[in-house]
Amino acid sequence: MLLDFEKPITELEAKLDAMKKLAQESESDIAAAVKTLENKIHKLKEETFKNLTRWQRVQLSRHPDRPYTLDYIYEITDDFIELHGDRNMGDDKAMVGGLGIINKKSYMIIGQQKGRNTKQRQMRNFGMANPEGYRKALRLMKTAEKFDIPIITLIDTPGAFPGLEAEERGQGEAIARNLKEMFQLKVPVVCAIIGEGASGGALGIAIGDKVLMMENTWYSVISPESCSSILWRSWDYKEQAAEALKLTAKDMLSLKLIDGVIKEPLGGAHNDTKAAADFLKKAILKEIKALQKLTPEERISQRIDKFCDMGVVSE
Amino acid sequence: MAWFKRQVKGIQTPTSDKKEVPDGIWYKTPSGKIIRTVELKNNAYVSPEDGYHVRIGSREYFEILFDKNEFTELDANMESGDPLQFKDQKSYPSRVKASQEKSGLKDAVRTAYGKLDSHEVAIACMDFGFIGGSMGSVVGEKIARGIEHSIQNNKPFIMISKSGGARMMEAGLSLMQMAKTSAKLSILAKKKIPYISVLTDPTTGGVTASYAMLGDFNIAEPNALIGFAGPRVIRETIGKDLPKGFQSSEFLLEHGFVDFIVDRREMKSQISLLLRMLK
Repeated sequence: MLLDFEKPITELEAKLDAMKKLAQESESDIAAAVKTLENKIHKLKEETFKNLTRWQRVQLSRHPDRPYTLDYIYEITDDFIELHGDRNMGDDKAMVGGLGIINKKSYMIIGQQKGRNTKQRQMRNFGMANPEGYRKALRLMKTAEKFDIPIITLIDTPGAFPGLEAEERGQGEAIARNLKEMFQLKVPVVCAIIGEGASGGALGIAIGDKVLMMENTWYSVISPESCSSILWRSWDYKEQAAEALKLTAKDMLSLKLIDGVIKEPLGGAHNDTKAAADFLKKAILKEIKALQKLTPEERISQRIDKFCDMGVVSE
Repeated sequence: MAWFKRQVKGIQTPTSDKKEVPDGIWYKTPSGKIIRTVELKNNAYVSPEDGYHVRIGSREYFEILFDKNEFTELDANMESGDPLQFKDQKSYPSRVKASQEKSGLKDAVRTAYGKLDSHEVAIACMDFGFIGGSMGSVVGEKIARGIEHSIQNNKPFIMISKSGGARMMEAGLSLMQMAKTSAKLSILAKKKIPYISVLTDPTTGGVTASYAMLGDFNIAEPNALIGFAGPRVIRETIGKDLPKGFQSSEFLLEHGFVDFIVDRREMKSQISLLLRMLK
């Protein structure tokens, strides 16, 4: 799939390919022309991606080729065992987790999982977890705490599932409990928004000592579409809503609601999963290393203080 | 014609004299029962004939719960900022101002401490009349400080929720208020100080997904709407009509998310009894 603002770039890339092919066939020397075009493409990419609007970032965060939680997990771990179930109701396929080894050390990695094709999307419920998903996440976090293993959460969800059974089984209670319990976890917790960070469904696994966002992701209290439908009473104002919500990584950092932005490869994570995973891995491990120098009590009190400082009031 | 003309401009009534609930002489409940408002007030705003619980605000709850309506309010002057310069069809500050003028309140929650049946307690109570009882920075901060007051003074904390959820106009900041209040509640729990969460009509969204569901005791007024997602959103998701009584207090009791349902007329005595049992 191509987004509007990606089109001029792919057009030039196609031209470049054609030029190279032609050069091979005719054996003429066009190295200089190729070089010029390559530079032009690079410049255009830089320009385009530097000046993306907030809505365009939202589009990138949902790009169907974007790496999902399990893609990153398999990319960054040397070994991984997926763990299932909340020991209560079932196994939520929209929330995955397990133990992984990175550079000979163990980590508990948890995150929402989206599907790549129609069948998978259905199975993963579009990355919208039910209460048992949040309870499974908490169970895995408690297991990690028991064995003194740091926790990594990867957030990518359009929201907690708003279904009938979800309400019956206490969607609100499940998220609320996670928030409260995550504040008291004794092990380091680092969270990264890798795609969509929609509201309580995202926050439910995003109480971390450090919360990071990848460059082309969004995190807010509501999606731009729903915000438009409520405040403008129409679905057509999603661009304006995205602007008003200030939901990009850069915005959230300047509001001091997150701790850092993770760079993505030029052209977005969907263009180079390996490079994106590498940036993600480095950023997370760096944070965990620093956090391990603190005592559990220091981590907990700093985690609490950090979130308690969020908000702007006048007195 | 002087009596047609407002001689002094603007609204002169002090906030304390403003009324939010039934100010006519008569009140009609949804089932059609009619009652004099004076009687309604003396009956904790519950219609005696059909038990209908009229939606009330912090002013009324404080009067019902605090002994002799005596209490000390915390952070009474805290107001909202406009960190995002949020603007939809209206600017956020103008929405806040309009709501302040209409309701006589500063924001959607008030916090206070005093005595409830001689028990020293801190109470936070939300006002639905203020932008749908939505939770922004002020609501989160006042509740967090209310809990902090409980922690510092070892007093039980009582939260009366009545909210449509997080306040969209503060976007990410609103979302983090869920985290902030839950953070403070995790300390309260560690100190083994009781937390009673009272859920009233309506309690939905981010409020349900944070402090409202975290009580040592979750108690609900009868027939209140309580849920995470709103009924309209769920209906659209599943493409079917919702069963009768879905997301009511009784539904939550049935599914194990509230401890008991309390008639507002017995709320004070029930809370008092609970606190006595914990001493």
